[in-house]
Amino acid sequence: MRFTAKFTMLMAALAVSACTNANRFDNDAVDLNAVTGSAGGIVPGSASDPRSPAYFQQTVGDRVLFAVDQSTLSPEARATLDGQVQWLLTNSDYNAVIEGHADEQGTRAYNLALGARRANAVMEYLIAQGIPANRLRFVSYGKERPVEICSDESCYSKNRRAVTIISAGLTG
Amino acid sequence: MKQIVASLLAVCLLAVSAPGVALAQGGPLRIEITEGVIEPLPYAVPDFVAESAGGQQLAQQIARVVADDLTGTGLFREVPREAHISQITSFGSPVQFADWKAINAQALITGAVSSEGGRVVVKFRVWDVFAGTELGQGMQFAGTADGWRRMAHKVADQVYSRITGESGYFDSRVVFVSESGPKDNRSKRLAVMDYDGANVQYLTGGNALVLAPRFSENGQRVLYTSYETGMPRVHVLEVGTVQSRILQGQDGVMSFAPRFAPNGQTVVYSLTQGSNTDIWAMDIASGGVRQLTSAPSIETAPSYSPDGSQIVFESDRSGTQQLYVMPAGGGEARRISFGQGRYSTPVWSPRGDMIAFTKQNAGRFHIGVMRTDGSEERLLTASFLDEGPTWAPNGRVIMFARETQGAQGASSLYTVDISGRNLKRVRTPEGASDPSWGPLQ
Repeated sequence: MRFTAKFTMLMAALAVSACTNANRFDNDAVDLNAVTGSAGGIVPGSASDPRSPAYFQQTVGDRVLFAVDQSTLSPEARATLDGQVQWLLTNSDYNAVIEGHADEQGTRAYNLALGARRANAVMEYLIAQGIPANRLRFVSYGKERPVEICSDESCYSKNRRAVTIISAGLTG
Repeated sequence: MKQIVASLLAVCLLAVSAPGVALAQGGPLRIEITEGVIEPLPYAVPDFVAESAGGQQLAQQIARVVADDLTGTGLFREVPREAHISQITSFGSPVQFADWKAINAQALITGAVSSEGGRVVVKFRVWDVFAGTELGQGMQFAGTADGWRRMAHKVADQVYSRITGESGYFDSRVVFVSESGPKDNRSKRLAVMDYDGANVQYLTGGNALVLAPRFSENGQRVLYTSYETGMPRVHVLEVGTVQSRILQGQDGVMSFAPRFAPNGQTVVYSLTQGSNTDIWAMDIASGGVRQLTSAPSIETAPSYSPDGSQIVFESDRSGTQQLYVMPAGGGEARRISFGQGRYSTPVWSPRGDMIAFTKQNAGRFHIGVMRTDGSEERLLTASFLDEGPTWAPNGRVIMFARETQGAQGASSLYTVDISGRNLKRVRTPEGASDPSWGPLQ
């Protein structure tokens, strides 16, 4: 329910910033059609709101990538995670689940454990930078959920990832 | 019975000392399964005799399944029915051995089927054509009409056993993961089938991701990993009722890669805490757990020796995945894999003499076997991605999953015998992975 409230505010902001339609509303007006039309999802354009999960995903960056069979965080990964830390500190009513993944070059059980190592590396970094541990948890999908499906390094490098999923308005 | 045991012992002794084939010379009809039979034994199985009205079709089908089982092993070669000179029109009539000798059928299987009110009785005899004698004694199996394939498998198991001196594996089932959909949106369901891919039944609905089912020794329970709660957790399913429950449900903790101990009461599995994955054991009845490894590395894929005294598992404590053996209660582990590449998914053979594994080396995946001390490593397959071996109940054949390369890649099940011969695909209705071969029924 808190998500809906947040969502309404978000839509208000969007309506204001949408120049072509802005004249039709007072400054505080909400585009009800847009709100009722797509309640429960992330609407297109919401990424322009720095407080939105979509902004987190697209602008802050929700994922970090890993070398083959490794779970150490690269400097690029740390930079992305620093952005995540800032966002999570600012938006303290959001929690996060970190999903760890592996590419298909490995056996199933090992990749589950490897994905857990990666997700845990991200979680420990976020905690070390000040995010309360009780706002975070992790899960590994091993090689079960690739985002890219070709069988060469161009896909594998994107599948070896840990993705921080923002969960709206949950506690505990 | 005593005779069978005696000859089985003889086979075991021979298997150690005499690699190669195969057809015993001069003596009774016999295949020695050793390093691989190069020349399959020719046999004939005419249509079984229908002893009741309307039984012709069933009598034909049963003979065909017996032939598929035997020929499918690669140890036997069927002399086609078109070549037969004699017809078997009555189960009790004397066999015209000269007619079968003339077409070089060394073994002959005759049978009869009668059915009455949904109950089917199958009788059979096995003949040593060149000796002109019966091999073993005639037997019969009874069951319901819809269980006809099982009766055919039982006949084939008897034939296999009488000729090789080893137990068969045809009347057995395999639990596996049935896969559908593209690689980036794959749906997975638990399913069980006959060893040859017939009679597929689904055990879960496909809403939750499921992985790596494992049969108990008696085939009545299946352990598997499910994401039903959002976290991978070990579940146990009763095959008879298709009821399942979470076995390992510690909050916020991943558990996976379960396997039963031979006693059916203890389960070993991996548990992830932080970045560390270790092997634990749980007593099913009491829920009591015990940590068996405590290294800061990944320890997973545990598998018991058939006597329950040891566990083989994989660990990357050396820097890469390798195989280790430890006492079943935990304690010091000794490394057994030392070749090139990474070793994983070890499974102890039901005979206790070998360990099957997956090996990754130079960008290829292999299924292989080695002795339990790591010696005599032998790779049986090679492909883009072979994974997850499971043993036939007699320890002579291995089933595994092979995934093809690329965006359209899909997984299928294959069997190969432990000499690396007779690689065959098992037909399944959809993609299939993670097979676990159950006991001989």
